[in-house]
Amino acid sequence: MSRASEPAAGHERATAAKIGELKHAPPQTFLRKHVFSVDHKVIGKQYLDLALVAVGTGMVLSWLMRFHLAWPETPIAGLGKLAPNGAAGGVITPEYYLQLMTMHGTIMVFFVLTTAPFAGFGNYFLPIQVGAEDMAFPRINMMSFWVTLVAFLVLVASLFVAEGPALSGWTAYAPLSAVGKDAGPGQGLGQTLWAVSITLFCVAQLLGSLNFITTTLDLRTKGMSLVRMPFSTWAWFITSVIGLIAFAVLMPACILLILDRVAGTSFFIPAGLVISDRLQPHAGGSPLLWQHLFWFFGHPEVYIAILPGFGIVSHILPVFARKPLLGPRVLIGCLISIAFLSYTVWGHHMFLSGMNPFSATLFSVPTLVITIPATIVTLLWIGTIYGAKLRFTTPALFCLGFVSVFVSGGISGFFLAQPSIDTYLHATYFVVAHFHFVMGVAAMFGIFAATYFWAPKMFGRMMNETLGKWHFWLTFIGVYCVFMPMHYLGLAGNVRRYSAFTDDYLKPMIPLHRFITIAALFTGAAQLIFLYNLIRTRLWGPRAPDNPWEATSLEWSTTSPPPHDNFGGHPPVVYHGPNEYGGPGAGTDYVMQASPGER
Amino acid sequence: MRTEYFWALGIVMLVGSATAGRGGLPAVGGTISGKLTYTGTAPKMKPIDMAKEPSCAKQHATPVRTENVVTGPGDALRYGVVYISAGDQASPAPAEAVRYDQKGCQYIPHVLALEVSQPLEIYNDDETSHNIHPLAKVNPEWNKSQPMGAPAIRTTWDKPEFIPVKCNVHPWMHGWFVVLTTPHYAVTGEDGGFSLKGLPPGTYTVTAWHEQFGTQTQDVTISGSETKTVNFVLKARLY
Amino acid sequence: MGKLFAVVLTVITLVSTAIFVAHTWLPVDISAHGHAIDHQLSETMTSAGVLFVVSQLALALFAWQYGDRKDGRAVKTFPGGVTPMVVLAVVLVGAEVLALTFVGSKVWAGIYQSPADPNSLQVDVQAEQFAFYFRYAGADGRFGAVHLERIDEGSGNFFGLDPANDSSARDDIVVPSLAVPVNRPVLLTMRAKDVNHAFYVPELRIQQDFVPGLVIPLHFTATQIGKHEIVCTQLCGLGHYNMRAYVEVMSQDQFDQWLKEKAAEQ
Repeated sequence: MSRASEPAAGHERATAAKIGELKHAPPQTFLRKHVFSVDHKVIGKQYLDLALVAVGTGMVLSWLMRFHLAWPETPIAGLGKLAPNGAAGGVITPEYYLQLMTMHGTIMVFFVLTTAPFAGFGNYFLPIQVGAEDMAFPRINMMSFWVTLVAFLVLVASLFVAEGPALSGWTAYAPLSAVGKDAGPGQGLGQTLWAVSITLFCVAQLLGSLNFITTTLDLRTKGMSLVRMPFSTWAWFITSVIGLIAFAVLMPACILLILDRVAGTSFFIPAGLVISDRLQPHAGGSPLLWQHLFWFFGHPEVYIAILPGFGIVSHILPVFARKPLLGPRVLIGCLISIAFLSYTVWGHHMFLSGMNPFSATLFSVPTLVITIPATIVTLLWIGTIYGAKLRFTTPALFCLGFVSVFVSGGISGFFLAQPSIDTYLHATYFVVAHFHFVMGVAAMFGIFAATYFWAPKMFGRMMNETLGKWHFWLTFIGVYCVFMPMHYLGLAGNVRRYSAFTDDYLKPMIPLHRFITIAALFTGAAQLIFLYNLIRTRLWGPRAPDNPWEATSLEWSTTSPPPHDNFGGHPPVVYHGPNEYGGPGAGTDYVMQASPGER
Repeated sequence: MRTEYFWALGIVMLVGSATAGRGGLPAVGGTISGKLTYTGTAPKMKPIDMAKEPSCAKQHATPVRTENVVTGPGDALRYGVVYISAGDQASPAPAEAVRYDQKGCQYIPHVLALEVSQPLEIYNDDETSHNIHPLAKVNPEWNKSQPMGAPAIRTTWDKPEFIPVKCNVHPWMHGWFVVLTTPHYAVTGEDGGFSLKGLPPGTYTVTAWHEQFGTQTQDVTISGSETKTVNFVLKARLY
Repeated sequence: MGKLFAVVLTVITLVSTAIFVAHTWLPVDISAHGHAIDHQLSETMTSAGVLFVVSQLALALFAWQYGDRKDGRAVKTFPGGVTPMVVLAVVLVGAEVLALTFVGSKVWAGIYQSPADPNSLQVDVQAEQFAFYFRYAGADGRFGAVHLERIDEGSGNFFGLDPANDSSARDDIVVPSLAVPVNRPVLLTMRAKDVNHAFYVPELRIQQDFVPGLVIPLHFTATQIGKHEIVCTQLCGLGHYNMRAYVEVMSQDQFDQWLKEKAAEQ
């Protein structure tokens, strides 16, 4: 394909306008350089730092939850002072547990899994990987970050209001989330702040998606045809398209929820509800409407969380396998089909919700069909490792780990996709195991792989390999110890979102819960190795060369870290795809995308 | 003679108030006593099946019954509150706390009468979590969880009100906080009897309240330290 | 490092799988339709298990085998390239998926899309924060109307019945436990008083959400005598973890006796 030699006129116009002309001059002041920056690299790092704070918060919340499940009557030192209402004497009340759980889910899904792999790494590397100087709309990009930060602060603020944060879960089902404070502690101001936070988050994401899509389509450098884009760029591009549609549904849904709560509307609240001995002054709404709107967003959202990971692993694995990814076009086709199918399956979260049971069968078909492209991509990764010359660096290990945990998580989805089996497994720990494996573990492994892989480029310093490997091993074994047993609990009928196990049939499962808690606390502690490594690297890490991993894509054609305009005034010209690994001999076994040569 | 009389009265009142019992009531004064009964057919009290909370269910060999209408011999009405609703002098809130227990998944006592600003201590004596929810409309409404072994809730009420209390976790648990401005009140026992002691001379309005059968008032004048008998008969209502 | 990865992954895979198969995790099945669900579950477990073990072990094997031994050898493409992967996924996985969907949809339809037996024992169920209440129609076979303003939990009127003025409500029997005769079809009509709740009995292999504003039918037949827990599985507030009732499956005689006793207590 010689598309690179004859770019279309519009494309040439777009890039010609950029060559030699900076989108924005390099910032001079401290504030402009590090705080209110329009540079996508700074914004990317800001997102990553936000995600780091968020994941730390979310993890601590999970420790509190797990501790309470294992030892419900044991006081937690210091908690009584921090939360005198929710945990008087250090013992977590039932509502406080649910409030911690709601914050845990909301923070992790939105501010970690949607932020780090997509807004964080995507912002940093998508423009570089397509050879552009910045995103298409740098000021809007800056605004996206700051709106996301405000959204996070609004959410965290709900932890400190008098009645505490919302307790309806990250899924916020109506009418529990819609009727206001009669429904329970935290359902007053806490729930309203939740809805406002998510509304703001949606705004930021929509703006971000606009940037990603426009940059990918319009700002590719000369020679960077769509098929020559790295897999990570493809994944970010597809994710941003998914996000545009998904967040465009969640935002109005949250606004309607806010209106039900403060303006007396009844979008989600039917007539005749008696809560706290009071007849609620609403009529005409539908709780199922919230579920449909939420999951129409919610299912694509989980693909927003994982697709960047797919792209990142597909991008990194060949580097350390020293051979091309198997089936690059098939991979991209699978990513696109997964994205498309992700819009057709939302009802599989609602099999037992009270919607027409026939819909369950309808939704289960595409849900099971999605197994096929997901299986293909997994086999492509495994097939890439076949015959490879693997270099077991930390990012490589996390990629291999990603494949393993994604298989584990994907397979449990196979069960839940079938309505007849979901009859039994719905709302049990089997579901908790499933989504934690694919999101809490696989997507996290993608973030770890990306961090270890791109730290040299972002910070100009190498991360410590020994610490990285310790981090990997403790985490890999730890997450299996935490989440694999949850499948057994689910099969035994252990219900989720319970703050304590008082039912007769649940009491025998408490020892297994204690095992999980201990594993979770250990695995959580192991993350401190990562945190330490990260901080140490940014402060004192050894200097990184331009291309420490001998990789092909455009980010490795520039300095570590890249200059303000990414390529030092010399926008690259692309001659090859990203997959040129595994040439003959032990000499240079790769061809960089920007290295001139046969096309 | 008048002067000595008043001196004597003053000394007696001073001594009396120093040695008085609960709420600083003078040990001398008139008494209003009587019985609270009903006419008509009282609704049957239903047994409470605590199946969903075995740790409570096992505490009751025979199931307890709902307490919204508890009757006694001679058509006596229990858990009524008889109090002085007018004519009383303002008195400071007592410092002594009153206690409300959640025991066997019941509120003990079913009706707790107390005064504005009097300390209230709420205990959870059960092996399960309770979430007490006083459905106050005049005072601030709140609810609070008490897991097993949690410390007592210590609170006060700022305004007089008849506050229904429910447990958010156990729907059958219902009780009342009757917050009054007067120190002269009584909750009727199984015999329906009540006795309001230590009343200085004056004309008083006495109100009898029952959560289901409503209220009734009567005026009584006390001139010295006599006992006046006042009976209340409420008409039974199904709901 | 690659060999370590292979060993660790193999151990994890084998131990996890062993624990799945070594123990019967599901509780006893006491439901007429339970066998079909359990069969679907074990079919899925087998094919998922095979997929799990094979892919994890393949990953482990390749990690073991294909470390860079710095011997200058060339890398190898997977035999057949991408084609066997696509074929495997589409044909093998696709076929399994199709089969499971087809059979599973019949199992599902049998429970949720089929009409209740006309001879069913009908029980009206109300879910509220945080308990279930069950109502039997009494001798007249009719349920009294529900009046929200009459709901008074303190006096045990959970459904808001008006027995004084509504004759069909007079003999309604309201209890916090669900008693059913064994081998008799039961039809529940499920209503929610305040927020979403759900009805789940693992042994009955049945689960269904309560939705405020809707009355949802659910039918099943219990095939063994015994007592099991009904638990709420839809987050409904702080008492969600403690929201349960018991379902007691008894002989028809015992059930008639039980119903008489409960009627006398109303």
